[in-house]
Amino acid sequence: MAFQILLNFFLAFVWMFLSVSFTSQSFFIGFLLGLLVIFAFRRFFNSRFYLLRVAAVISLLFLFLKELIMANISVLKTVLKPKLDFQPGIFALPTELKTDWEITLLANLITLTPGTLVMDVSYDKKILYVHAIDMPDVDEAINEIKDSFEKAIMEVSR
Amino acid sequence: MTEVIRFIIGFFLVVGSFLTLVTAFGLIRLPDVYTRNHAASKSATLGVMCILLATFLFFYMEEGHFNSRLILGIIFIFITAPVAGHLISRAAYNSGVPLWEKSVRDDLKGKQKYEDRNM
Repeated sequence: MAFQILLNFFLAFVWMFLSVSFTSQSFFIGFLLGLLVIFAFRRFFNSRFYLLRVAAVISLLFLFLKELIMANISVLKTVLKPKLDFQPGIFALPTELKTDWEITLLANLITLTPGTLVMDVSYDKKILYVHAIDMPDVDEAINEIKDSFEKAIMEVSR
Repeated sequence: MTEVIRFIIGFFLVVGSFLTLVTAFGLIRLPDVYTRNHAASKSATLGVMCILLATFLFFYMEEGHFNSRLILGIIFIFITAPVAGHLISRAAYNSGVPLWEKSVRDDLKGKQKYEDRNM
C-alpha cells in the first residue's frame, strides 16, 4: 500500500515536470492522473488498489465514532438508573488477528464499545480478556459486534 | 447561518459538560474499580472531545481563527483515553483488587492456567 502511494506521488511529480508548472494545482492534476494509471495497472501489484484500503480506514473511523456515542448512551443508562442491578464479569474472547497493531486497534475499539473494557491480552496474543458491565445481555450481542470489528480491521490489513 | 452555528456550539458544550458530570457521578456511584473505569474511560473521552470541538468551532466561526492544536488534542484524547483505562484496570487486577461481589464470571483467573498449558 505504501509503495502505491509513493508511486502515485512520484507520478504526480513527473506530471509537474512534464507540464513545467510547479503549483499545487498541477500537482493535484498529476495525482489524479497517477491514480488512474495505478488503477489501470492494479493487477501488477501484490496488494489491492490502495483507495479501497483508504475507504476501509475511513469506514473504521466512522465505526469508532458511532461506537463511542453508543457507549456513552449505555454508560448514561447504567449510571443514572436508580437501582444498581447490573452483573459485571470478565470473559475471554478468542481473536484471529495476528499482528500487534491490529490487536491494539481491536482492544481500543472494544474499550470504546458499550459496556466492555479490555483488561488483559494473553502472551500468545490469541485471547483478549474483556470486562463487561452487564454479563447476561451483553455476552452474545458483544460477540457479534466483535465479529464486525474484526472484519473491519481485517478489511484494512488484508 | 451564524445562529445555527451558535446553536451547534452551545449544543456541543452542553453535551460535553453533561457527559463530564455523568462521569463524576458514575465515579462516585459505581461499586468497584472496573465499573468506575467504564464510566471514566468512555464518558470523559466523549465529554472532553465535545468541549474541545465546541471551542474549535467557536474560534473558527466567530473569530476566523483556525486552531489546529485543538484538532490534534481531540485526536490525542481519542487515542490515549482507552489505553489509559485498559492500563489502570489491568494494574488494578494484577495487584489483586477484588471485583464487585455481584460479579458473575471471572475468566481472567484462568489466564495463568491457560498460559501454563500453552507456553
